[in-house]
Amino acid sequence: MDPDLALLLNGIVSGLLLGGLYAAAAAGLSISFGMLDVVNIAHPAFMVLGALLVALLWGATGIDPLILSVLLTPAFWALGAAIYVVYHHFFERRGDEAIQGLAFFFGVMFIIEVGLVLAIGPEQHFADAAYAGITWRLGEIDLPLRMLVPALVAFAAIGGLALFLRRSFTGRAIAAVAQDREALRLLAIDPVRIKRLAFGISIAMAALAGGALVVVQPVDAWSGHVFIGRVFAVVIMGGLSSLGGCVLAALAFGVVENVTASFYGPSWSPAVAFGCLLLVLAIRPQGFFGRVA
Amino acid sequence: MSDTTIPAMPTLPAPRRTGHPAFWLASAAVALVSILALRGIGSEYAYFAATFILQYVVLATAWNILGGYAGYVNFGAAAFFAAGAYTTVAIGKALGLSLLPCIGFAALVGGVLGLGTGILTLRLRGAYFAIATLCLSVVLQTIVVNWDYVGGSRGAYVIRPREVPWPFESYSGYLCAVMVVLAAAAVAIARSIEKSRLGLGLAALRDDEAAAEAAGVPTLRLKLIATTISGAMMAVAGAPLPLLGSYVEPNSAFGLSYAVNAIAMPLIGGTGSWAGPLIGAVLLASLQQAATVTISSAANLMIVGVVLVVFVCAAPHGIIGLFRRQK
Repeated sequence: MDPDLALLLNGIVSGLLLGGLYAAAAAGLSISFGMLDVVNIAHPAFMVLGALLVALLWGATGIDPLILSVLLTPAFWALGAAIYVVYHHFFERRGDEAIQGLAFFFGVMFIIEVGLVLAIGPEQHFADAAYAGITWRLGEIDLPLRMLVPALVAFAAIGGLALFLRRSFTGRAIAAVAQDREALRLLAIDPVRIKRLAFGISIAMAALAGGALVVVQPVDAWSGHVFIGRVFAVVIMGGLSSLGGCVLAALAFGVVENVTASFYGPSWSPAVAFGCLLLVLAIRPQGFFGRVA
Repeated sequence: MSDTTIPAMPTLPAPRRTGHPAFWLASAAVALVSILALRGIGSEYAYFAATFILQYVVLATAWNILGGYAGYVNFGAAAFFAAGAYTTVAIGKALGLSLLPCIGFAALVGGVLGLGTGILTLRLRGAYFAIATLCLSVVLQTIVVNWDYVGGSRGAYVIRPREVPWPFESYSGYLCAVMVVLAAAAVAIARSIEKSRLGLGLAALRDDEAAAEAAGVPTLRLKLIATTISGAMMAVAGAPLPLLGSYVEPNSAFGLSYAVNAIAMPLIGGTGSWAGPLIGAVLLASLQQAATVTISSAANLMIVGVVLVVFVCAAPHGIIGLFRRQK
């Protein structure tokens, strides 16, 4: 095969796998930011918190990191619910969420990150899954399991989440709270309870994404920063509240970044990806898959 | 959205208003006294700490013009700050100019960048605007990392000139005096804007953009003016940075600590008035300097985070708001 073509194909495939990781990171945000209107800028920090906890637990027990991250989700759900209670009490109730709420999550992000640095140090942590060294080869195309397994787990989790939102009563209530919370009140459903539940789910997704992240790459306390822009970019390009759009946007984002990195060097890839987002915001603020409000 | 700010407006004390010239004179006097006082202390560390704190006064005041008066949250403060710093590096290297002309160029670059951001993001509000500015920061950082002329990701060394301008005995003293003047000018500009028609228009579009537009406020033009002025002033805040540390590299110049501080300081002080960012910046930056010296540099970001969270929860209108309510 022509080496350029092989490079392009490999770039696209590993971009799709990277997109799986982005989708996992962005799916939780798509719930909190897209559906609940809670601009949780600390979402990547929760992901890193999950990743580092998984790494520490892996070091102590040797259980597979992805299983550990699934085990962590209930704790993260509770954490998310608690944070939503605080957020609701101080900001949403007063109608101050715009600037003050944003600043609140900005502060929470710094507390998590610096807390991690003070507690376990600034060095990188990693967790080696049993399959991390294996690479499947399909002709010229490499499929490293280190990337493939987290991506598949992420897609499975997002699929389950989409099913939950579409089929179950609570899931439909979450989708409804995004559209009209007063109408929800008329159905005798407490919108605050629903939002608390949904915000917990979004943070639990962050724990899962953290588990996927720590399998893919070593993580330190500041790793979340590079993800802030990316996950918000993915969620906005995906049209906010649509999980399917979020996955497609994540895949597109991963491919654009990776192909740019393979052909022009990795230092250019953020500019191309974020340039795309700036253009999307300037031309089509509702995203590719969103409806005009 | 921010309906809660409207009832607070009539409590502004109308009588005893200081005019614009009087306020500018007062700021000049304060600047002069501060320079003389710092001269009196005369230690290199005092100069460094004062410059550090004052650069945040300029940055926070600049951020507040767009974020506080107009209600547009800019997460990209670090981008403008770094644009100023790198203007100094590039202009200093290309033309061999000294600090003062570089600050002028930085204002120009920051203003153009602010205007560009404004034009590109005119249709965005709230979180979208915030995220667009965050993107701008990433794009700009990537460009600087790939720009070899200013050192790329290796960073650039800037040698302080050997001869020091006349009345000063060391370059840090000169740098500090420049920063005092910049800070005083920034606060005076912010107050002039706040008390002028521009400030009233910005406040109107912050409270309800559609209503302001309907009432004949030229929201589009006001937003562009605000982004330009705010961008220019943030770049000015960053311009002396290379000379302060003799070295800049993209990761620290674009560091999130500038972005978080630029937001935290006005919010802690109170966003509605010129005094808010000033109080917030002095308080928070001194606290950080103290924490860096006595505990560790990781702890100072922790302090910013905790103070920010406590303040937005307990005192949503900042320190100024606390005093207003007691009256």
